[in-house]
Amino acid sequence: MAAFLEVNNLVKSFGSNTVVKGVNFAFDKGEFISLLGPSGCGKTTILRMIAGFENPTSGSIKVDGQDITGLKPNQRQLGMVFQAYALFPNLNVGDNIGFGLKIAGMPADERRARVDEMLKLIGLPGFEKRYPYEMSGGQQQRVALARAIAPRPRMLLLDEPLSALDAKIRVSLREEIRAIQLDLGITTVFVTHDQEEALSISDRIVVMNAGNIDQLGAPHEIYNKPATRFVATFVGHLNTIEATVLDAAAKTVSIDGQTATVPALPTTANNGSAVSLTLRPEVLAVGAREGSDITLTGTIADVTFLGSVIRLRVQLGQNVVSLDTFNDQRTAPPARGEPVTISLASKDLLVL
Amino acid sequence: MTDTASQPTQRRRIPWDALAIAPFVIFAVMFLVLPTISLIGGAFTDRAGNFTFENIGGLFTPQILNAYWISIRVSGASAILGALIGLAITLAIIRGKLPAPLRSAVMTFSGVASNFAGVPLAFAFIASLGRIGLVTIILRDVFGLDLYRAGFSLFSFWGLTLTYLYFQIPLMMLTIAPAIDGLKKEWNEAAQMLGASQWQFWRYVGLPILWPSVLGTLSLLFANAFGAIATAWALTGSNLNIVTVLLYNQIRGDALQNPGLGAALALGMIVITSLANIIYLFVAQRAERWMK
Amino acid sequence: MKTNKFWPWLIFILGAAYFIIPLLATFIFSLRMRRDALSFDAYVSVFSDPKFFATFGYSLVVGVFTIIVGVLVVVPAVYFVRLRMPWLKPIMEFTTLLPLMIPALVLVYGYIRLYGSSSLIPFTGSVLGTDILLTCAYVMLALPYMYRAVDNGMRTIDIGTLTEAAQIAGANQVQIIGQIILPNILVAILSGAFLTFAIVIGEFTIASLLARPAFGPYLVGIGTNRAYEPAALAIISFVITWGAMGMINVLGRFAPRTSARNT
Repeated sequence: MAAFLEVNNLVKSFGSNTVVKGVNFAFDKGEFISLLGPSGCGKTTILRMIAGFENPTSGSIKVDGQDITGLKPNQRQLGMVFQAYALFPNLNVGDNIGFGLKIAGMPADERRARVDEMLKLIGLPGFEKRYPYEMSGGQQQRVALARAIAPRPRMLLLDEPLSALDAKIRVSLREEIRAIQLDLGITTVFVTHDQEEALSISDRIVVMNAGNIDQLGAPHEIYNKPATRFVATFVGHLNTIEATVLDAAAKTVSIDGQTATVPALPTTANNGSAVSLTLRPEVLAVGAREGSDITLTGTIADVTFLGSVIRLRVQLGQNVVSLDTFNDQRTAPPARGEPVTISLASKDLLVL
Repeated sequence: MTDTASQPTQRRRIPWDALAIAPFVIFAVMFLVLPTISLIGGAFTDRAGNFTFENIGGLFTPQILNAYWISIRVSGASAILGALIGLAITLAIIRGKLPAPLRSAVMTFSGVASNFAGVPLAFAFIASLGRIGLVTIILRDVFGLDLYRAGFSLFSFWGLTLTYLYFQIPLMMLTIAPAIDGLKKEWNEAAQMLGASQWQFWRYVGLPILWPSVLGTLSLLFANAFGAIATAWALTGSNLNIVTVLLYNQIRGDALQNPGLGAALALGMIVITSLANIIYLFVAQRAERWMK
Repeated sequence: MKTNKFWPWLIFILGAAYFIIPLLATFIFSLRMRRDALSFDAYVSVFSDPKFFATFGYSLVVGVFTIIVGVLVVVPAVYFVRLRMPWLKPIMEFTTLLPLMIPALVLVYGYIRLYGSSSLIPFTGSVLGTDILLTCAYVMLALPYMYRAVDNGMRTIDIGTLTEAAQIAGANQVQIIGQIILPNILVAILSGAFLTFAIVIGEFTIASLLARPAFGPYLVGIGTNRAYEPAALAIISFVITWGAMGMINVLGRFAPRTSARNT
C-alpha cells in the first residue's frame, strides 16, 4: 500500500536562511504523526508547507497519491487547527463549524445536521448559538477542531493547538483529540514542542533539529533508543555520568572504581580515555534492584516532591544524577544531605 | 467591620476627587452643556421671550431646507467616499503586503493631511483646480481637457466634496488602521483551509468584523464634514449655500433677521449630527453582537 | 502561491496622486508670482507683511494657553476618574466626543448668546475676556484629542499600580501627580499638545466670529485679495502642520512601553 502522506526532499529557505533542509517522510492513512522539536527547528514551516501557506523552495508533498505542492490552500481539502483558536469572532459556534460546509455549497438542513453531529462529537451539544468570546479557551479550541473536521478533510493539521491552554485542560483535550482522531481514522499531523504531548498522543514522532529529521519512530523507540544526543536530551530527562574506558575491545569501563560492561562504545574510545555515559532517571533505583550490577554511593543534593513521585538529585563524585522514586506514604521522604546508595543495570547505559 | 473602618478614609478622599474633576465638569457645563441648552431654549423662544414653535417652522423655507440638503449631501458623499477610498487604501497598504516603510510614511502623512483642513486646504485646491489652477491649466493646455467647460467647478457640490476628501480619507485611514491590524492572519488562513477564496473570506469574515469600525468612522466623518465651514468659506465665499455658511452669516450679521431662527438653525444641525450617531449606534449594536 | 500585488499598488498610486498633486501644484503655483520665471517672490511678500507675524504670533500665544488650560482640565480629571471613579468613565468619554459631534460653529454661537456683554459672565465685553473665551473655545475644540492622548498615556503606564507603589513609599497626592504621573505621561501630553497646536493655529471660524486678530481670519483676508500669496501660505501651513505631526512621531519613540500597550 502506498503511503498516504509523502514528503520528498522538502527544502525551505527564507533568503539565505534555510529552515528546512531536505526532509523526507511517508506515513500511512490514519496515523497520528507528531513533528517534535524546539522552536526554530522547522516543524511549523513543514506544517505550513503541507497546508499551502508556504511554498517549498524545492521538493514535493503528496497526499493520497496526489501531488499537492502547487495547489492553493483552499484546494487542498485539509483541515487545520491553530494555536490561538482562530475562530471567526463574528460568527457563532454553529456558523463557525458550518463555515467550510457553506463554502462547499452544502444545503442548509444537511449543514445543520452535520453541525449538530460535530457538537456532539466534541461534547458541546447546544452551543451553536454561542459566540467565541462567550466560551473558555478549551471550549473554543474544541470548536476549532470541529470546524476543521466538519468538511471531512483528507487530513488534519494541528499547529500547537494545546499550548495556549491551562495545564489541566491541555491534558484532557489532548486525550479527547486522540480519541476523536482514532474514531474518525483521520490522518493527523501534530506540531508541538512539548515532548510529553508528542509521546502520549502519537503513533509516530518526527524529531526535528535545525531543519533536519534527527529521528523518526514510535514514541517508545524515540524514548528508549534515541538516535542522537539531541533526541536523548530533548525527549525525556537524561543523566550523564563520566567514566573511564578500561578495555575498548571488551567494552568495559570504570565508573567510580567499579567495572561495568556497556552495550556500545564510541569508535574513538581508547583504553584509558574519558567517556560520558548517559542514562534515563527511571533506570536508576535507590538501594539494590533486581538485575542491577552497578552500585554507586553518594549524597542527596536535592529533593523535589512531585506528589506520586519524588525526584532526587544525587551527588556522585563530580557527577549529579536525577532519579525518581515512588512516594511511599508510610515512610518519610529522603532528606537533603543523607547518604544514599543507588544501583543500575549496565545494559541500560547509553553511549552517545 | 471593614465597612465602618474604611468609611472615614472614604470620606476624606471625596473632596480630593471632586476637586480634581471640578475643572473638567465646570468646563463641560460652561462651554458644552449651557451653550447647547441656550440654543435649544432660543430655538423655542420668540423675540418677546415667549415659548413658540415659529422658529422651527421658519426653517421650512426653500432657502434653509436647500442649505440643509446641500450640507447633508456634501457630508454624506464625502463621508461615504472618504470611508470607501480610505478603507481601500488602508487595506491595500496593510493587507496588500506593500513594503513596510511605505506604511509608516503613509500613516504619518495621513496624520498631517487629516489636520490640513480649513483655509490652507482651500488655497491649495484653488491653486490646483481653480479656474486658473495649475492642474486645470495643464489639463486644458496639454491634454485638451477643459474641466470648467465640461461642467466642473471647484465651487460646486462636487468641487467641495473633492476638497473635503483631502481630510476625510486620511481620517478614515487613521481610525480604521488599528481595526485592520486587529484582523488576525489566522482567520484568513483558517478560511482558506476551509476552502474559502479571498473574496469569500472578506465577504463572510473580514468585512463583517470591520463593519462596526467602518460605521463608527462614517458617522464621525459625516459630523466632521457637516460642521466644517472654514474650507467652504475660503473656497466658495457665500457662493455655495451650505448650512454652516448660512449660520455663519446669521451670527455675523443676523442675516435671517431673527435670532430665534438662527438658534433653530443651530438646533437643526445638532439634531442631524445626533441622528447620524443614533443611526450608527443602532446599526452598530446589531453588527456588534459578537463583541464583548 | 504568488500574491498579486497589482491591485494594492494601483490603489496606492491613485491615492498618492490625489494627495500629492494638489500639494505639488500649489507649490509650483506659489513660485509663479514673477511673470517670466519661477521665484520665491510670493514667500518674500508673505514674510514681509507685518500682519503675518502679528496674527501668527497671536495664534501661537492663544495656542500655548489652550494647551496649558487643556492639560490642567484634562489630566487631573482623567487621573481621578481612572483611579477612583471608573463608573464616570463612560460619561467622560461621551462628553469628550461631543465636540466632534456638535459643530464648533454651533458652540460658538451658543457662547456669543450666553456670554455677551450684557450677560451674567460678559466674556465678550472686554478684549481680555474675549481672548479668554477664545482660549476656552479652543480647549473645547481640542478636548477630544487631548483627552484621548492623555487617556492612552495613562492606560499605558498602569497608573493604579504606580499610585499604590508611591503611596506605600509615603508620597502624598500632589507628589504622586507631580513627580510620578506627570513625568510618565509627558510624552502623551506633548502629543496632545502638538495636535492641539495643529488644530488651533489656523482656526478660522471661532476667531473670526469673536473678531480676534488670529492667523485663520488673516489667511481668509489674504485669500480674497491676492493670487499667489495664498498658495505660499498653504505650503507654509502644510509645513507647520507637518512639523507638529512630526514632533508627535518623534515623541512617540520616547513613550514608555509596557505590556498594556499591546492590548
